[in-house]
Amino acid sequence: MAVYRRTYTSYSGSLTPAWSRFLVLFRYSRRSLFRSKVQTALFVLCFFFPLASLLAIYLAHNLSFLDRFGGNGLPFLQIDNRFFFVFVTVQGTLAFVLTAFAGPGLISPDLANGALPLYFCRPFSRAEYVLGKTSVLAILLSQITWIPGLILFVVQASLAGPGWTSDNLWIAGSIVLSSMIWIVVLSLLATALSAWVKWRIVAGALMLGVLFFGAGFGQAVNAVLRTQSGRFFDIGYLMGTVWSSLFRIDSERAMTSIGAWAALLIYCGICLALLVRKVRAYEVVR
Amino acid sequence: MMSTAIQTGAASGVNQQAATAPLPPVIELRGLSVRFGSREILRNLTCSLRGRAIGLLGPNGAGKSTLINTLLGFYKPCSGSALVLGHDIRTDTRKIRGLVGYMPENDALISKMSAVSFVQMMAELSGLPPEAALERAHEALFCVGLAEARYRELGTYSLGMKQLAKLAQAIAHGPKLLILDEPTNGLDPPARQRMIRMIRDVRDSRQLQIVLCSHLLRDVEDTCEEVLILNQGRIAHYSNLEEERKANKRFLELETYGANGDFTEAIEKLGCECAVTANRLKMVLADGVEIRDIYRIAAERDVRIRRLNFRRDTLEDIFLKAMES
Repeated sequence: MAVYRRTYTSYSGSLTPAWSRFLVLFRYSRRSLFRSKVQTALFVLCFFFPLASLLAIYLAHNLSFLDRFGGNGLPFLQIDNRFFFVFVTVQGTLAFVLTAFAGPGLISPDLANGALPLYFCRPFSRAEYVLGKTSVLAILLSQITWIPGLILFVVQASLAGPGWTSDNLWIAGSIVLSSMIWIVVLSLLATALSAWVKWRIVAGALMLGVLFFGAGFGQAVNAVLRTQSGRFFDIGYLMGTVWSSLFRIDSERAMTSIGAWAALLIYCGICLALLVRKVRAYEVVR
Repeated sequence: MMSTAIQTGAASGVNQQAATAPLPPVIELRGLSVRFGSREILRNLTCSLRGRAIGLLGPNGAGKSTLINTLLGFYKPCSGSALVLGHDIRTDTRKIRGLVGYMPENDALISKMSAVSFVQMMAELSGLPPEAALERAHEALFCVGLAEARYRELGTYSLGMKQLAKLAQAIAHGPKLLILDEPTNGLDPPARQRMIRMIRDVRDSRQLQIVLCSHLLRDVEDTCEEVLILNQGRIAHYSNLEEERKANKRFLELETYGANGDFTEAIEKLGCECAVTANRLKMVLADGVEIRDIYRIAAERDVRIRRLNFRRDTLEDIFLKAMES
């Protein structure tokens, strides 16, 4: 490296393709994310349940072990849509906790340091910026939700045989779709909150607040107005409704899955609008 | 890639030729207006700037930063347009941003990152591959004088060092145009001198053009060839300092002892224009007349010249006149 040369010179080398620039942000953000030991520990913790589920699938197909418990084996070792529904629910909850830790540090440091003009004075758009930041969460959450979910499905399919696979192939689609929806909702929510709150801790608290206070507020609305429409403020409940319908779980829900889908879409739209409003080089004071 | 300290004669000849050739306009404003709500911030700006270093002057709130932000595509013009390095700001924002390096006025560094990581990331966002970006980051930090501190977190930097780091990120990707918004803001005199020297070095490398936005006249006077003065969103004055400096070499102010009408008459006979006030004589030298001719005439008439100055308008004079007009 020619560090002895100290005069300015222009650059005439090759450039990376424009579409790949958002990956630069992904790399740097991910690197800074895993500098935190708590974050790393939490990420590792998220793989315990998939490992336990893998063990359960193995045990469910180990006949000699099941014989010790009588003819039908253990009821929780029945590998069906409910098994994968529980898996997605547990991993979804962990994904939320992980997002509450990781999400607030994505955009708020850039805002707090006033660094956005430096990003946008380059051939790098606001959409690419948001894509780069959300992709950190999207890929992180994918690693603990649908990817291990699909691995479990493949293991189960290989052990159960082609008959089970052809009958339950839709479960694979449900695993991917249900995880994807949750990832999109969480990523947009975390980046939107991170963009509006400069302090990382406050943004994290707000993330938890949106889920828990939203649920509490919804219950209060239900109690005061004697209605069930307060459920629309409860993102967890909305997600549960969508997942139940995707995994074909019979449960008495206070709203239809279409209503839950629509509410989640509205939440995503609000998050995008918040991002569009806030992620810009300079605020225009009219 | 980098220029070496020793240049060949041929190379410097080429540089001289390049220096004398007229530069294409770096910024062309074509009736550019910008409005925030009901407030018109820039009003119908029209001019063509082609200097190697262009100063953008004006009092606070004149519209300097708004003009820069508009050229970078952060604000949309409500009417008119502008070309930066031949690209329209309305349609070619991405191309323009690829060619421009920008050093913002405000603190804009991510405090938890080391300088070299930060500059590398910015260079990568401008399109440089990671290896090239890392090399350029090191070179840019060496170039601005932050070599020793380049692995330190930016949050631990002093204000002067932060300004230099901002300059490093602006030049790391090798832009064709460098836009500096108040680069000496908040710097103590030695740090200011360092920054000005740095800007001059970059300018003298002749590989990019500079737009320097400041309300500090000395910064602009020390570094720029052209000056655009804005006031209340309008162009108050445009001046080519380099040409004025050359032209003003013909303006003399003499303080004399023993001068009389005979002395003035003799100078006027050479074709020079003279104006006498008390014991001072202001004159414009005619073509072919040198200062030694003035001394000769003074010696012949036993007139003592106590002081001789090139009297030209300082940038402060130009600025104040522009503000008054």
